[in-house]
Amino acid sequence: MERHTPLFMGTAALLASGLACAGAGAVADEYKWMTFAVFGAIIAITMYITFWAAKQTHTTSEFYAAGRSVTGIQNGWAIAGDYLSAASFLGIAGLISLYGYDGFMYSVGWLVAYITVLLVIAEPCRNIGKYTLGDILAFRNHPKASKTVAALSTITVSTFYLTAQMVGGGVLIKTLIGIDYYVSVIGVGVLMLAYVVFGGMKATTWVQIIKAVLLVTASILLVLITWSQYGFSLPGFLNAVVSDPKVQAQVAKLVGDAATTMTPQELGQRFLEPGLFLKSPIDQISLGMALVLGTAGMPHILMRFFTVPTAQAARTSVLWAMGIIGGFYMLTLFLGMGAAINVGSSVISNMDPGGNMAAPLLAQYAGGGADSVLGNLFLAFVAAVAFATIVAVVAGLVLAAASAMAHDIYVGVIKGDHASPQEQVIAARVSSVIVGILAIIVGIAAEGQNVAHLVALAFAVAASSNLPAVFLTLYWKRANTYGIVLGMLVGAITAITLVLVSPNMTYPKTAIKDANKVLQGEPAQAAKPAAAAVSASSFACELFALEGCVKSGPAKPASPEKPAKPGAPEKLATLQATLPTLTDIGEIEAAQKDIAKLEKDIKKAEDTLKKMEGQTTSMAGLEEPFFLLKNPGLISIPLGFLMVVLGSLLFRDKRAEDMWEELYVRQNTGINAEGASAH
Amino acid sequence: MSGSQFDWAAIDQDPRFQALHKKKTTFLWGLMLFSIAYYFLLPVGAAYFQDLFKIKVWGPVNVGILFALSEFIVAWAIAAIYAQRANRQYDAMAAEIVRDAKNIGGSK
Repeated sequence: MERHTPLFMGTAALLASGLACAGAGAVADEYKWMTFAVFGAIIAITMYITFWAAKQTHTTSEFYAAGRSVTGIQNGWAIAGDYLSAASFLGIAGLISLYGYDGFMYSVGWLVAYITVLLVIAEPCRNIGKYTLGDILAFRNHPKASKTVAALSTITVSTFYLTAQMVGGGVLIKTLIGIDYYVSVIGVGVLMLAYVVFGGMKATTWVQIIKAVLLVTASILLVLITWSQYGFSLPGFLNAVVSDPKVQAQVAKLVGDAATTMTPQELGQRFLEPGLFLKSPIDQISLGMALVLGTAGMPHILMRFFTVPTAQAARTSVLWAMGIIGGFYMLTLFLGMGAAINVGSSVISNMDPGGNMAAPLLAQYAGGGADSVLGNLFLAFVAAVAFATIVAVVAGLVLAAASAMAHDIYVGVIKGDHASPQEQVIAARVSSVIVGILAIIVGIAAEGQNVAHLVALAFAVAASSNLPAVFLTLYWKRANTYGIVLGMLVGAITAITLVLVSPNMTYPKTAIKDANKVLQGEPAQAAKPAAAAVSASSFACELFALEGCVKSGPAKPASPEKPAKPGAPEKLATLQATLPTLTDIGEIEAAQKDIAKLEKDIKKAEDTLKKMEGQTTSMAGLEEPFFLLKNPGLISIPLGFLMVVLGSLLFRDKRAEDMWEELYVRQNTGINAEGASAH
Repeated sequence: MSGSQFDWAAIDQDPRFQALHKKKTTFLWGLMLFSIAYYFLLPVGAAYFQDLFKIKVWGPVNVGILFALSEFIVAWAIAAIYAQRANRQYDAMAAEIVRDAKNIGGSK
């Protein structure tokens, strides 16, 4: 297949230009070639697979579902690959390194989510599904109506997740390797398009598998190195965490005034206790609901169950995925804590405030440090795996969105299911190209935007819209088209609207105030007496900023009088003035580091002020958040379910009633399920 | 195509299918409710029972850490219990219905 040759050359050119554009990143300039070599090797392998897969991808079943030839174990690894995005592999290790226990607790929901997938979704969907979420809903509901809403919802969820991956990935690659943001977004886009368009589901699956294996191997190695110093003892390792001065300093910073009355050992122990990061329990429950129910409604995860030959294989794949994902999150406990003691939270958050650099920096340390060849090889390897992760996750999402566009909308709705096999494959490839190019454009357009909430939003929409519809279609006799359409629309719109008025958005007034605090410092504060915990005046007040509400707040101990804090420019001037008087090399280096940090802070604050100039309200026109939770799941998920029930009870739909017995028998027995040889 | 081959209503009414349906429904709902309840104990405990979570039981290892670790074990255990039950019982029950499917309801 000659058409792959330009692709290879394109990739090589891209790599070369990436090398040329590489600026400052975590990987030092003289070791960058290592990252590119490792990543080049990964690209070469995945391109070979794409070439091989392309030769076997001719029909729609092969394009969307890899000919249903993926084994349970392979699919388990691929699901893990889809799920362990950069956000969860770098992000959770980072949260643990900065906030200890809360970061670890956060990871639990991501695993528990798969119980829902295993018990109620995987096997029935394999038994009655074909290629998309729309196929499942169209089984007994009105085909065109349900395919349209399913496609809309699939594209919405995929777009949110995709944007978060593209923007987050671009920033991450810049921080890691120093490649220009645009180059990495385009690089990710081009690679992903090659996998999806030529190799379809088969290539995408194998890219996921390779990436998951690399990721797990790298993590196991790192944990072995980190943990072996403590004789593989859990208390021994955690003792080292508790008595580490860097950890104690980080906790002192997080707890503020309360630290003055705590011993160093108490401060260290506090790192292993909840409450340093996740402050609002209601918000956590809301997020937990979105995770536990949203994962089962994620289109790119659902799609994976159509790639295996039988329901039994679907079951096996979830079991493997749970083993891999759970094991991986247990490893992140050691990665995160290991980074906290070996690298230190100040170094980590200095490179990236979200903590994403914890695992890469730990890798560098484990190999021998910033000046060692082995350390940089490790760092290069982790950076390359991170890049591969972003490409692989994006590929899965693009395939899901493209299948909704081509299979549900074009073939199902526009063509009324009368499209020739060739036409269907062409539609699939063309939609992949469209979605892929859109992803690149969105990635470039959204540069510098706050995208952290988009992943949570994707899960919330999936949990409030897709899951109620799929679940009730599969298990509730009375469910019908009206309920599905109403529930999916209301669920999705509620989730999106609530996020638009939530604290996730940027509120110019607060941003300007914070920036001014950095630049001008804070005035002296008088001593404050202790305050008891305040509970909100009603439950609604915990959720919304209603008039006359008393906001809840934790108990505060008495705080002593605080002197005025100088602004960053003032501190900078003092430091610069003292710098020439210093003689000790260690002191000079520390001062230079502080100066660099202050300069960065000042620039950031000035940029914020410039960007926010003249603005007073957020995107939704609010001065401050109206909805007080970061995750809308608590409200939008029950509402989604309620609307499916309501719509189904209010209106009657003959087809949904007639098809119930066939659906229920088939989802339980697998009679007439799409076979491995379906062409 | 599919509708002409099987009498779905008759299979649905078949005692063997009804038995499978009843067994699966109670078992799945039980597991599902238990796992969700167990999961939400973690954020609730971390928020409202901090004193309990802080109790040290094994060097610096406290109740909170053990409880979070237990979430992993419980999730895996639920998966294993379900898989065992499905592999041993449900698959065989379903296979029997599938073998006989064309004859149920006097085949159309």
